[in-house]
Amino acid sequence: MHEDLNWAIGGEAGDGIDSTGKIFAQALSRAGRHVFTSKDFASRIRGGYTAYKVRTSVDKVRSVVDRLDVLIALTERTVDENLDELHDGSVIIYDGERTEFSDFEAPDDVTGLDVPLKSLAEDAGGAIMRNIVALGAVCEVADFPIENLDESLEKKFGGKGEKIVENNKEAARLGAEYVEEEFDLAFDFDLETTDNDYVLLNGDEAIGMGAIAAGCKFYAGYPITPATDVMTYLKGRIENFGGHVVQAEDELAAINMALGAARAGARSMTATSGPGIDLMTETFGLVATSETPLVITNVMRSGPSTGMPTKQEQGDLNQMLYGGHGEIPRFVLAPTTVAECFWKTIEAFNLAEKYQTPVYLTADLAMAVTEQTFEPEKFDMDAVEIDRGKVVDEDEISKWQNEKDQFKPHAVTADGVSPRAFPGTEGGVHMSTGLEHDELGRRTEDVDVRVEQVDKRQQKVTTAEEEEDFSYREFGNPDSDNLVISWGSNEGTLIEAMDYLDQEDVDVRLLSVPYIFPRPDLTEDIEAAEEVVVVECNATGQFADLVEHDTLTRVKRVNKYNGVQFKADELADDIQEELA
Amino acid sequence: MSSNVRFTDFKSDKQPTWCPGCGDFGTMNGMMKALANTGNSPDDTFVVAGIGCSGKIGTYMRSYALHGVHGRALPVGTGVKLANPDLEVMVAGGDGDGYSIGVGHFIHAVRRNIDITYVVMDNRIYGLTKGQASPTSRSDFETATTPEGSKQPPVNPLALALSAGGSFIAQSFSSHAQRHTEIIEEAINHDGFSLVNTFSPCVTFNDVDTYDYFRDSLVDLGEEEDYDPSDREQAKDKILDSEKEYMGVLYQDDDAQSYEQAHGVEGNMADIDTDGAPDGAMDLVREFY
Ligand SMILES: Cc1ncc(C[n+]2csc(CCOP(=O)(O)OP(=O)(O)O)c2C)c(N)n1
Ligand code: SF4
Repeated sequence: MHEDLNWAIGGEAGDGIDSTGKIFAQALSRAGRHVFTSKDFASRIRGGYTAYKVRTSVDKVRSVVDRLDVLIALTERTVDENLDELHDGSVIIYDGERTEFSDFEAPDDVTGLDVPLKSLAEDAGGAIMRNIVALGAVCEVADFPIENLDESLEKKFGGKGEKIVENNKEAARLGAEYVEEEFDLAFDFDLETTDNDYVLLNGDEAIGMGAIAAGCKFYAGYPITPATDVMTYLKGRIENFGGHVVQAEDELAAINMALGAARAGARSMTATSGPGIDLMTETFGLVATSETPLVITNVMRSGPSTGMPTKQEQGDLNQMLYGGHGEIPRFVLAPTTVAECFWKTIEAFNLAEKYQTPVYLTADLAMAVTEQTFEPEKFDMDAVEIDRGKVVDEDEISKWQNEKDQFKPHAVTADGVSPRAFPGTEGGVHMSTGLEHDELGRRTEDVDVRVEQVDKRQQKVTTAEEEEDFSYREFGNPDSDNLVISWGSNEGTLIEAMDYLDQEDVDVRLLSVPYIFPRPDLTEDIEAAEEVVVVECNATGQFADLVEHDTLTRVKRVNKYNGVQFKADELADDIQEELA
Repeated sequence: MSSNVRFTDFKSDKQPTWCPGCGDFGTMNGMMKALANTGNSPDDTFVVAGIGCSGKIGTYMRSYALHGVHGRALPVGTGVKLANPDLEVMVAGGDGDGYSIGVGHFIHAVRRNIDITYVVMDNRIYGLTKGQASPTSRSDFETATTPEGSKQPPVNPLALALSAGGSFIAQSFSSHAQRHTEIIEEAINHDGFSLVNTFSPCVTFNDVDTYDYFRDSLVDLGEEEDYDPSDREQAKDKILDSEKEYMGVLYQDDDAQSYEQAHGVEGNMADIDTDGAPDGAMDLVREFY
């Protein structure tokens, strides 16, 4: 019996690959199995190969692997694209009326099951359900109870009426029956179900959910892969909590709207990807100088320029760290798992308001569009804490006024954080500006005031370093001489890679760092280790550069920048090579 | 809002650094008077300004205010208004700010029809950067950057607004204090996006579009008895008239739905539950089962 099953559906964009894949992933999740999904997609809507891959196991799964056990191939290209991952014992389900198996150049021991997907779907009520027929066939092949698929179909099509649901169930049943009757199967797939309770979601959704949990009420954005799902998630949901989503005319407008809402007192966010961050950078400086709390999410993809919009990369670290003219205090958070996307979003709002600064929250394509299963307790809403920082109301305002009863929105304080008065607060009237200003928010070129305000803004970073816990997550053998460091989304893959390394008798200590700025000081960890390897999805090793800068120690680097996320076994090999 | 607010309450104690005689003085005075006359108070008013001589207005007025980056004032105003629809939101800027770098935002703010009042101090020149051509400069107007004239037709902001579905389109002149105040009041009272293109002469860099020119040439539609601003055809004729320039409310559509009405945006988004996640948040997790 396989420990885990790797399943995929592939075809042309427009074939309903995504929704079919999701239906199956949800069925598995609801059956108490862990799921990890990934997508191969091109930057076009119709035509072009696209696939949805599902890895499932009773144990936790954290990454993609190079193995495909069951493949629904709606086109011949689907087989070609996945040849390397097929193995003796793989099963391909295809429709002989549309694709010919003889044309597949699959390895010899791959079993092809010709299932008349289209005509069975027509029997069930419409050709459109051919993917569902295929899912039924998969249930039979993989010994997965079809009732679990039924539930998923109810959820997906429930809104369209009883008839549609019944037709889809029928389509799945016909697919399963066909396989049972026509083929003499002797596979050892067995997708057992468990009583475990899981939720299935991706990084973008976790960010959106985190935003609502944090009390975010305003979102303005402009569509861009792979950040759009944040907006799609919030739209239709945030309104139930008194919020609003605006699709702005461009990223310049999006961040300025978000800034306006934040100045009006709302918890406010925008999300985009690299090219959008470029456009937002102009206003980023204004956000910082006017000391406006704002969360800016950057879901990274391959750059520079329009790069590879549907491919993985962690190449924007320097942009977020240094982007913008002049010197800008900021926070940069990089959640390391989908569940952490939720918690770091909440933390981002708290940091933004406590320190009245812009906060970059960064995910990457691999994490943003990858669905994973989690225990629902990982998203415990009762554990959410909200800290709005130094907001003052009518009663306290006088403490922050000068002798002429003018409110000081940029008052110099020991911790660098000034009081905040929401518009509408009596006595709190003030202006703010991107120009250098005094405590009242008025333009100045006074040399002393300039230095005072720059120091004040920088002080916030120092205060945060003292008050907050910008730490890392640690895995593996704490006493190992081999130290592996990563940031952002590679954590899951590294945890699996450690299993492979273990088989080779290589032990490592893994530090997964969710804070880019401010970040934990790794000097002691590095001094305690003999070998240090920094893993990241970019060509130049942007985080490795930071580590070297901080610790004055050279580190080794494992980089991947071909647009595909790391795979656990490959990563294990790469790390071993560096350690040798 | 308190009724005993006087217009001087909207004045900050900062002395304007505008050139003596600059049209922006009059434009600002009218804005302050109109705000007071319509019952607003500085505590409940938010003024967003762009960059340029005109953009300095946020400093000289007293209200909640933000002086943003060049051309982006309208999106900021949009965010402020949506987050707290109870605020009176005014956005002010120059012709360069609004019709050049910010023209994309302008069109979209118009068609969104958010309830803000947009006052453009149109001096047909770049003031703060010392006299370059602006989008509203005449094609034969010679400036440092267009020594032979721009040879491009000027932007007609009113026509842009009309074609984008504007629901309140007005033109004003800063030195006609009374009329200017009235027009801004009407703009404030209008439920939706209001454009008030206000001629505010630049006495330093523009010797063509002067006080005398506007005084002599502007036709006040308020004095034309048969002019009906709700008549889009009439408005179109005036706005596209290449012979004459007009003052007053050129077009007003009281039936147009504001963005806030259309999207059911109400309530102050600054109010959030600080005890933890909002009620019902656990349902969001359940959705992922
Ligand atoms: C991004 C950016 N580009 C250019 C400038 C320089 N700049 C400052 S004011 C201005 C033009 C202002 O013209 P206008 O909006 O007509 O205002 P006026 O000064 O005439 O009132 C320019 C180009 C800037 N501040 N920011
Ligand atoms: S340069 Fe022109 S626009 Fe600027 S303050 Fe002077 S007169 Fe006014």
